[in-house]
Amino acid sequence: MIELCELAKSFGPRAALAGVSFSVDAGEFVALVGPNGAGKTTLLRILATLIRPTSGEVRIAGLDPAKAGEAVRRCIGFLSHRTLLYEDLTAEQNLRFYARMYDLPDGPARVGELLERVGLTERRHDLVRTFSRGMQQRLAVARAVLPRPQVLLLDEPYTGLDVEAVQALTDLLGELVGEGCTALLTTHDLDRGFAMRRRVVVLSRGWVVYDGSRAGFDLARHRALTAR
Amino acid sequence: MGFLRKVWAIVVKDVAAELHTREMVSAMLVFSVLSLLIFSFALDLRGAVARAAGPGVLWATVAFASTLGLSRSLAREQQSGCIDGLLLAPVDRSAIFFGKALGNLIFMTVVEVVLLPLFSALFDVPLLLPGVLLVVALGTLGYAAVGTLLASIAVNTRAREVMLPVLLLPLAVPLLIAAVQATGRLMEGASLGEVGGWLQLLVIYDLLVVAVSMLTYNYVVEE
Repeated sequence: MIELCELAKSFGPRAALAGVSFSVDAGEFVALVGPNGAGKTTLLRILATLIRPTSGEVRIAGLDPAKAGEAVRRCIGFLSHRTLLYEDLTAEQNLRFYARMYDLPDGPARVGELLERVGLTERRHDLVRTFSRGMQQRLAVARAVLPRPQVLLLDEPYTGLDVEAVQALTDLLGELVGEGCTALLTTHDLDRGFAMRRRVVVLSRGWVVYDGSRAGFDLARHRALTAR
Repeated sequence: MGFLRKVWAIVVKDVAAELHTREMVSAMLVFSVLSLLIFSFALDLRGAVARAAGPGVLWATVAFASTLGLSRSLAREQQSGCIDGLLLAPVDRSAIFFGKALGNLIFMTVVEVVLLPLFSALFDVPLLLPGVLLVVALGTLGYAAVGTLLASIAVNTRAREVMLPVLLLPLAVPLLIAAVQATGRLMEGASLGEVGGWLQLLVIYDLLVVAVSMLTYNYVVEE
């Protein structure tokens, strides 16, 4: 579903990604971990067609984002720690706007269904700026999955959430992934919402330094810690 | 049709957000009225002086008030990363330009609907003429288009509030000269034919700005 081949991105003289290659199968949930500045967000923004790579190849659902940007964007749901929601609009107005932007034929019904699912039906007519951070992030999940994406790109979605909100978000994402969505999640916090992920890709200074199972990752981390 | 529906969705979204806050249009209106009062006291705008300086005062007020609104309009998209939400939508990115520019055009027009009669009444100058309204429409269209393009660039810079007027005002000089000249002649009683050259300049400027924006907006909004 996602294929990266020698993907590189430089901002001036600084290389954010220095030749990243890996692939994600349909229905797979992969955690992309690494310290701040490892290139995780840059990688996700390239996949989301928000920035162009300096070199290398990307394929999403078999499509090249550089040539078929609109078609790729139709496959993608993007959730980050920033909500991408208009604070001066109500919850319902936000979702209806995005439903129009995605040409959803069942827009109003889908909006109602998702508001119900994220537990915001009662607050549908309230301005987003009156919501708590947790409520805003739940609405952001609804926005991200509104067009029924095949690929869900999650960029540090737990940032700024309390323990309860983290659990609620993890449950919600777990349900979505259970429905067959392919997901790639970036995080620098290795233990948050980690239970559902089976494969881990570790990025460091723009390189993939580990790609394997969660169990193998734990073992490698343990060895690294005990070797110090 | 899909393209136009998305342009319209952006316009409706901007108007809905403004109806909730009323912060952009009200700031532009207050600024416009205060500018008129300051110009009035500074230049003693009465009689012949009002007719001579009026067009310049009018367009300076429109330009400065619009710059204020344009800056706010794009800053709203940066709030909570909303611009990314727009860029993620499966649509040609020129639709985002047209949607934002049309929204800005509506807000500028609302301000002018108040400003023109007020200006006309305060300084006793004939502004509510069909020819002047045509010039105002063409000038506003061009300013909204070039302002939307440049505000999209400025909003990604650190000094965004300072950057927009620095970028916008030099590029708007041909438009403002044509608008001031045409408005002045029409106020003096000239026919539309007599200001044809200035009107042509306004039309060409508008077409050029829209064409350039369509071709470049994709690169402007990408990081």
